[in-house]
Amino acid sequence: MKNYKDWIIEKILLVLGISSIVVLAMIFLFLLKDGLQFFSVVSLKDFLTGDTWLPTSKPASFGILPLLVGSFAVTLVALTIAVPFGLALAIYLGEIASSRTKEILKPTVELLAAIPSVVYGFIGITVIAPAVKSFFNISSGFTLFTGGLILALMALPTIVSIAEDALHAVPGSYKEASLALGASSWETIVHVILPAAKSGLIAAIMLGMGRVIGETMTVLMVTGNAPIIPGSIFESGRTMTATIAAEMGETVHGSTHYYSLFGIGLVLFTITFAINFTADYFVQRQRG
Amino acid sequence: MSRADKIDVKNLSVYYGNDPAVKNISILIPEKKATALIGPSGCGKSTFLRTINRMNDLIPGARIEGNVLVDGQDIYDPKADVVEIRTRVGMVFQRPNPFPKSIFENVAYGPRRHGNNRKADLEEIVEKSLTEAALWGEVKDRLNDFALDLSGGQQQRLCIARALAIQPEVLLMDEPASALDPISTAKVEDLIDELKKDYTIVIVTHNMQQAARVSDKTAFFLSGELIEFDETSKIFTNPQDKRTEDYITGRFG
Repeated sequence: MKNYKDWIIEKILLVLGISSIVVLAMIFLFLLKDGLQFFSVVSLKDFLTGDTWLPTSKPASFGILPLLVGSFAVTLVALTIAVPFGLALAIYLGEIASSRTKEILKPTVELLAAIPSVVYGFIGITVIAPAVKSFFNISSGFTLFTGGLILALMALPTIVSIAEDALHAVPGSYKEASLALGASSWETIVHVILPAAKSGLIAAIMLGMGRVIGETMTVLMVTGNAPIIPGSIFESGRTMTATIAAEMGETVHGSTHYYSLFGIGLVLFTITFAINFTADYFVQRQRG
Repeated sequence: MSRADKIDVKNLSVYYGNDPAVKNISILIPEKKATALIGPSGCGKSTFLRTINRMNDLIPGARIEGNVLVDGQDIYDPKADVVEIRTRVGMVFQRPNPFPKSIFENVAYGPRRHGNNRKADLEEIVEKSLTEAALWGEVKDRLNDFALDLSGGQQQRLCIARALAIQPEVLLMDEPASALDPISTAKVEDLIDELKKDYTIVIVTHNMQQAARVSDKTAFFLSGELIEFDETSKIFTNPQDKRTEDYITGRFG
């Protein structure tokens, strides 16, 4: 009787596990089906390298280069800020802070992840964008830089949390050995702990990057939404995610425009999949 | 303290929280000899060992009373430089703990941290240290191999070489052979015999035969107290205290 029960529980868990794979496969097939429909009209090359995104004018133009640049720009800004801050905070939490400070600080940082992205967008519109506008003395605060700045805040909990876990996983015996050789705490961190945690730290950065590229609502609200190739990060731009979100509701079902959005989705999926895959590779390596 | 004494411990107590792990110990450890610390688990011998290069500083809530003098200098003086103390008093741990780096980089780690980055110097130090640790012959053709690929016994001798590379005066060893097989243990013991000509060695061991084989003097600890300290030959043949006798004859421990 007991074995019978075990068998059922085992199978239920197996079905639940498999269903996530099935769902993933179905999402991919769904994107692929509608996306490929689009590529029979516009070539993949024109799609990826075309510098004009005018899906509703006549003749329509479906070049997503401006959107790729937009996504790339906000990601670059976000990571430039979030990686140094995130790693520094992780080192502080993992190696320097007293356990009391850590008990307060770590959950606080992790709470940043619990704030809905639309709220970040809200803060972006009302606080950050005006601040960026006056600080850099530019005509509009709705820029790729503004988007990247807020995304940095959103990526911070992912980076800090995973990086801190990676540092925590470094055996204490390495630290002891280094200190016993007369190395200072700082030398121990730089020359022993960080190299030993390298894989996990890279994974933390990759997962933060995945979070940034996939984020939609915030960038839709604060980057100004101009689907043109920006001259600098202090101009408006638009990301792939924001394009899909902004245009999906207005497009005619079954039109080329409609399918082109699936094409963007497919590109985005490929990018995030590659990032997650790389991150996973580094996480596995850290576990060794 | 005579000139032959390297470490002078006066009325040392160590507390973890409110509980004393080491109670009011005074001991004179001779220079260029091996001193063994024996006693049952939890008797405070490892705690005591770790006070000699201030590794107990790392344990939150640990507190000490009394003095530890190395060459007459109080290492717990507020003005004392911990980095300098640990450079003079090296340590080898219970489990081999090489860094996840190459064999060469493990040995070169200490000298590099103390500012020596000249390749020729480092090569010389690495060869000298590995030779002193009786490992050179086994690894000289593969210094760039990953240290963690060595056997446990080789890893421990690498850790000894790493400690020797910064030319300490004292080498503390916390049960350095307890995680090793008998052949590796014998090699480490031979090594200690060799090293005590040049270094002051303090070794914690669970293994009484080992204490008898490698040490010149032996200290017996029980419940945080130093029960007896004398020539090793005397401790093992003619102990003065009944508790020492009970322990070495295997009545408890």
